[in-house]
Amino acid sequence: MTNHWRDIKHADMILINGANPAEAHPVGFQWFVKAKLDPTKGPGSGGGAKIIHADPRYTRTSALADKYLRIRTGTDVAYFGGLINYVLQNNLYHDEYVKNYTNASFIVNKDFTFTDGLFSGYNKDARTYAINTWAYQTEGDPLGGAPTGTTQAKAKRDMTLQDPQTVFQLLKKHYSRYTPEMVESISGIPKADFLEVAKMVGEMGRPDKVMTIVYAVGLTHHTTGGQLIRSGALLQLLLGNMGRPGGGMNAERGHANIQGNTDHAISWEILPGYLRIPAPGQKNLDEYVAASAPKKSDPNSWNFFGTNYKNFMVSLLKGWYGSTATASNEYAFDFIPKPAVNSSWMSIYDQALKGKMEGVILSGMTATSIGPDSNQVLQALSNLKWLVIMDSLPTTSSEFWRAPGMDSAKINTEVFLLPMTHWIEKDGSFVNSGRWMQWKEQVLPPEGESRHDHWALADIYDRVKTLYKQQGGKFPEPMMALTLDYKDPKKPELDEIAKEINGKDLTTGKQMATFANLKSDGTTTAGDWIYTGSYTEDGNLSKRRNGIADPQKNDPTGMGFYPQWAWSWPLNRRVMYNRASADLNGKPWDAKRPGIQWDGSRWQGDVPDYPATMDPKDPAAWLPFIMNGEGVGRLFSNSMGDGPFPEHYEPVESPIDNPLHPANSADPVAFLYDQAAGRPNRFGKADQFPYVATSYRLTEHEHYVTQHVPLLVGLQPQAFVEVPEELAAEKGIKNGDRVRVSSMRGKLEVAALVTKRLGPVTLAGNKKTYTIGIPIHWGFVGVSAEQNPKLSQYWLANALTPFVGDVGARTPEFKAFLVNIEKL
Amino acid sequence: MAIEARPVGFFTDTSICIGCKACEVACKEWNQLEGNPPSFTADSYDNTGQLDAQNWRHVQFVEMLPNADGTASTNGNGKGAGGAAVIPTPIAGGQAWLMMSDVCKHCQQASCLEVCPTNAIVRTEFDTVLIQQSVCNGCRDCISACPYGVIGFNEKTGTAQKCTLCYDRLQNGMQPACAKACPTESIKFGYLDDLQKGADQRLAALQKGGYTKANLYGRDTSVYGGLNAFFLLMDKPEVYNLPNAENAKLPSRNNLPGYLGGAVTAVAGLVGGILAFRSARMSGADRTPR
Repeated sequence: MTNHWRDIKHADMILINGANPAEAHPVGFQWFVKAKLDPTKGPGSGGGAKIIHADPRYTRTSALADKYLRIRTGTDVAYFGGLINYVLQNNLYHDEYVKNYTNASFIVNKDFTFTDGLFSGYNKDARTYAINTWAYQTEGDPLGGAPTGTTQAKAKRDMTLQDPQTVFQLLKKHYSRYTPEMVESISGIPKADFLEVAKMVGEMGRPDKVMTIVYAVGLTHHTTGGQLIRSGALLQLLLGNMGRPGGGMNAERGHANIQGNTDHAISWEILPGYLRIPAPGQKNLDEYVAASAPKKSDPNSWNFFGTNYKNFMVSLLKGWYGSTATASNEYAFDFIPKPAVNSSWMSIYDQALKGKMEGVILSGMTATSIGPDSNQVLQALSNLKWLVIMDSLPTTSSEFWRAPGMDSAKINTEVFLLPMTHWIEKDGSFVNSGRWMQWKEQVLPPEGESRHDHWALADIYDRVKTLYKQQGGKFPEPMMALTLDYKDPKKPELDEIAKEINGKDLTTGKQMATFANLKSDGTTTAGDWIYTGSYTEDGNLSKRRNGIADPQKNDPTGMGFYPQWAWSWPLNRRVMYNRASADLNGKPWDAKRPGIQWDGSRWQGDVPDYPATMDPKDPAAWLPFIMNGEGVGRLFSNSMGDGPFPEHYEPVESPIDNPLHPANSADPVAFLYDQAAGRPNRFGKADQFPYVATSYRLTEHEHYVTQHVPLLVGLQPQAFVEVPEELAAEKGIKNGDRVRVSSMRGKLEVAALVTKRLGPVTLAGNKKTYTIGIPIHWGFVGVSAEQNPKLSQYWLANALTPFVGDVGARTPEFKAFLVNIEKL
Repeated sequence: MAIEARPVGFFTDTSICIGCKACEVACKEWNQLEGNPPSFTADSYDNTGQLDAQNWRHVQFVEMLPNADGTASTNGNGKGAGGAAVIPTPIAGGQAWLMMSDVCKHCQQASCLEVCPTNAIVRTEFDTVLIQQSVCNGCRDCISACPYGVIGFNEKTGTAQKCTLCYDRLQNGMQPACAKACPTESIKFGYLDDLQKGADQRLAALQKGGYTKANLYGRDTSVYGGLNAFFLLMDKPEVYNLPNAENAKLPSRNNLPGYLGGAVTAVAGLVGGILAFRSARMSGADRTPR
């Protein structure tokens, strides 16, 4: 989240897309309800915030929304694009904000084009873009006053926004195609409903109004996932809602600690704190920084991230490799892997399918259930020599060899199930969607022989290191140099690790108070720079609990920041980009909902996303978005692999051709694993698989683990699919009947829940399209499955989903694919 | 913080219920109810089925979505018969998929308490209705008498059971588990007079916002003399399988009108409903999905 949960209560409007917070985030949903019940909020004269839920399914969130829009899954770019077009055509954008706080005025390279669904630089055979034309026109020499590799020549700007090559004019042209009629033909949202919402959204461009957009994996889980999200962010920039309390682009994270997980580099392509993983050919830190850091493109841009990139990286290396990391060896930069191939989640199983993986360690997740195309994943697991499962309970991966249809006699994979403690059996921190790092205590003592995951890993590390010592091996240095500066290196305490992550000043031995003081000379450490400041000389700040018991004292601004409740990255800031919550002079856009404000000598309010004493009227004052090279929010960006402006592309499996450009219907750079590996693509067509399907979870279960919890199993005891009433009537399916749902890749055999909550949408060419809803929670492991072994043979929802990923994160397309359904 | 010995209750505001069932689970956890054997009922998202000895909170799901052509739904999932004739199109919030966390009403005129032959059922110092497990002889009269089908028989203990309004928690200064767990404060616990004030304000706000069918159920004395656990409903009581004010009277108090005119049909319908539920509750853990 750019903002945080509590902040939602400040909104006048809440757009919910690709999310179902009432079901997936019931506790956080209280803040939606508070906004709705607050008569001072809302468009017009108020009366309560308006919640608009755009979703293919009428969910428990829709039930409390003020307006529900039935949208075809995966078409949110069309919806947001339509809203962007409406706001631009009717001059409803926040003019001062757009001119000064976004790159609307930047002038783009003349060779940048967009034709028939393709941006300039497309290579059809490689399915990639060369992005050299996705750039600004520049003037003069590279800007000075910046570290090596973090600057470029000044980007040209036209503050009148009239130059046809300005980002603003290109944006206007790009989205002019997203008329209300086009929105309807792509998404199925009737024009009248769309315009009713657009009118309210347009009002949110006023400085005294503010809207938040809330999303979750309903946007992420598409081959266009990144752009689905970005299209919402563009709308928020145009309305001047980024950085403001009650505004922002807010991701609801799917697990209690998935935010912490991401921050600490669960993804292969980043190091902790979103530093890029080095690439082959980068021989030293300067080359790495030059290839990775944002580039300062305006004299008033601070480019804080770019400027400090090397400080953060060296501090990380120094934290990991201690005294071995010195100036003469580039702080052990060579110890960091420089992967030549993509190593994301699906890539691992793709490699296993090719027989190129020896073994896999699965910790805290079950590959069989969570990945797309479960049958292919089961095949991949069968190709391994060994598989280690670290979990507190049996999973569909620890038991994969006895999955229905598997012949265990033919599987040579040796499977080890290491019993780990559950999170309730250990302390540590959770980082919530709002970036709050909150410490928790151990609730129950560990059971039996179970061990903490970090103790198991520390023990494995110790044994591998011993083997290196005894037997030697290739490139032992990184293994030998790794610091484990704990009381007991085989049993590190989580508090010790939290302290280490914060980092310290090696010259004084004191904990770092801020990442602004991290250095590239080897005198500071930081295990994850965005967490620097969380564990200072004052102790572990995530343990703080000064909350609503005393609002007068604990919430001095009255804005609900509660600065001494836990700790929020970065630097305990509660709303990111909050410099943009105030105008050029430092006055809040809305006096009732201030983020920060300039009092003549200091910025007051939230922890400022800006130097605390920088006078906004100083001609040399930094631009508001300090992390970007441009210093402003990016309506046009070259950091997305599939284009500088979000464009609607159809899912890989779609019932219609893209009405905007049928010749380039799906995302031209989506990664098609099977095709890339020389296996046949297994994509269904609408003639065989005429129905759209989307997968999701229910409030009653937490993914797969609660299949072991009897009280929750009682609430939703069996796998089922949700079938639109009209379609059920066509197919002779009655409520509760067993049905088979099949895709090109696999099948489900489950009960049908017939409902009007799912209904048809009418798309381009008057095509009536049904959506079938597929809850994900079941498999062949757990209370219910094992009580009903016959019924539960085909309960793995991801048996249906395609093995494809988006261009950036390679996120699978769990949320849009084609199926057929028949009564059993 | 001690809870004073004066009338307390629940105000369940269904307009902000999200059907998460946290109340059901919190209730079971606190009161150590193991629940009935799991059974998929294909009744919207309700697999709990009813209030009984194992379920002291039960979230009802009533699907009232309009047909695809915009005409009103008769009744989505077999519930809501006799409900709304007109559903606004496009669908506005709070009217199309009704969710309501049902519970013992702790009636002012509590028929269970009146029929109990052993005085096991008492009114507590908090003005709640409690079945004292140590006194209950398992005769099951209360099960037949309860007009809401709240009480069930526990085969293991041989006693009748229902919501205690967490009597043990109240005595220790804690609010009931369901209210504590409710994330949206749809279930509010408090002193009855405070709850009633809050409910009146909420109803006024909803009606001002155009939700003309919103109503308070059991807030005044028209239903069994008033309910300590009362509700804000988004549709008529019948939609939620609740007897309306005309029918919600103890037999001993409505003999005369009870035999008159259309009320006969209504009572018969109600009794039929009770009988249908009773067979399941009488036999203990078994239950029949509706």
